[in-house]
Amino acid sequence: MLELKNISYTVTENGRKDILKNINLKIDDRFVVITGPNGSGKSTLAKIIAGIIKPTSGQILLDGEDITEMSITERANVGVSFAFQQPVRFKGITVKDLINMAAGKKITFTEACNYLSEVGLCARDYINREVNGSLSGGELKRIEIAMILARRTKLSIFDEPEAGIDLWSFNSLTRVFESMHESIQGNILIISHQERILDIADKIVLLKNGEISQIGTKEEIMPQILGTAIGLCPQIKE
Amino acid sequence: MELDKVQLNLLEQVADLHSVPEGAYNIRSNGYALGRRSSANIEIIPKQDKPGIDIFIKPGTKNESVHIPVLLSETGIKDLVYNDFHIGHDSDIVIVAGCGIHNGGDLQSEHSGIHSFFVGKNAKVKYVEKHYGEGDGNGENIMNPTTIIEMAENSYMEMETAQIKGIDSTIRKTSAKLSDGATLVIGEKILTHGKQKAITEFEVDLSGEKSSAHVVSRSVAKNDSYQEFISKVYGNNLCNGHTECDAIIMDNAKIAAIPEIKAKHPDASLIHEAAIGKIAGEQLIKLMTLGLSEKEAEEQIIAGFLK
Repeated sequence: MLELKNISYTVTENGRKDILKNINLKIDDRFVVITGPNGSGKSTLAKIIAGIIKPTSGQILLDGEDITEMSITERANVGVSFAFQQPVRFKGITVKDLINMAAGKKITFTEACNYLSEVGLCARDYINREVNGSLSGGELKRIEIAMILARRTKLSIFDEPEAGIDLWSFNSLTRVFESMHESIQGNILIISHQERILDIADKIVLLKNGEISQIGTKEEIMPQILGTAIGLCPQIKE
Repeated sequence: MELDKVQLNLLEQVADLHSVPEGAYNIRSNGYALGRRSSANIEIIPKQDKPGIDIFIKPGTKNESVHIPVLLSETGIKDLVYNDFHIGHDSDIVIVAGCGIHNGGDLQSEHSGIHSFFVGKNAKVKYVEKHYGEGDGNGENIMNPTTIIEMAENSYMEMETAQIKGIDSTIRKTSAKLSDGATLVIGEKILTHGKQKAITEFEVDLSGEKSSAHVVSRSVAKNDSYQEFISKVYGNNLCNGHTECDAIIMDNAKIAAIPEIKAKHPDASLIHEAAIGKIAGEQLIKLMTLGLSEKEAEEQIIAGFLK
């Protein structure tokens, strides 16, 4: 279980700006989806959990253990995984190298094949490919997800996993999360705008202007999100 | 021929060999020939007027290899050698050269190899050259390899050159002249650390019609080391030339990349690319989210980059 206590994040470059304000959140469900308008602080929150950004104040607990002061590496080793919104490219490092690093050991071809086929890639074609500009955005995104599968941690965070993945294979993305939960039994936190991903959520967190505006089940939250879509711009409302 | 432990280790480092190689070879150690073998198609003859060997590869020789490693295991040796490769037309061969220095003393060890390649018509050559130094003394390891390449019509040459460890000072010069339809591909990998200094200079003349050359260098400079990459590609005919330098800079190192492309023909197409930068922060962060420490992440990124 992940617990965020009074997490705030303020930047002071070009004037003071509160990116996140007093976030209190418990994540103990299969799938929690954080959604909300662009600029509401979703990605920042994910990076704070992964240790990439240090919060200005507040506390982060993983299974009761305070991980607030832990480095990225330490958090990774106690069970936090993070799939980037924009996967990183490397020169010379292959898909196999990355999956090995993610798994923390040398994996067999069959294991690699399992992870890659989960995300719709054929291991034979991809295992020795360099993770560089020769791969398309969608391919990189799938490899990013395969790495998280190989990590098998108690908390897995996905920042807009659907971005860049074509609709044709999008159907299976929700199945990937479902089977991932079945085999790992961890908590999965997804940042997403996609209705189909919101649809599998046990809990939806609606973030607005750096604050939690709503938490609830999809039955509770979905009608409000759809209903207030136009209300996001106060000028129009008036 | 008996090799001692130090020599065997150097041999493994520069030529991936665990014992005397198959096929034709010439092993030079501490300034003298330690062993030599010619094959039916490849003849190795010592030069009479200066140190070095002539290697004659018969036309049409296929799938054969020549190994000519140089090993320096005594401190204070200055070795200069001229090796000429006469590669017969229509042959397809692999040449593995390279020099390993083990300098256990306090004197300077130096090896300068001057290699000339005469690549025959339609011949295909893969040339692998590794430079490696080690030692527990204070003596410097210096290597100054020179490579001169002449390529006949429709020949193909691939040159892989690497200097990953232990060379304190190097000036590497490579020049090539290409005839009609000839293709030259050069891949260079360099890692310098400490106070090492590496200067590499390529000069490629694309004189033949439809000749092409790709000169690609990847390097990492750590600590207080210095690297200079000079690459000149001249298009004198309808040709394609491409030179690329991609360098990672770390600590207090200094790197200069000086590409020069010159077209003397309206149908010459030449490109140069050069980039120097530190390891991207997001690459480190990504690998750290997989559980690697910052140092481990850095090692993986460099190892991949120089692979």
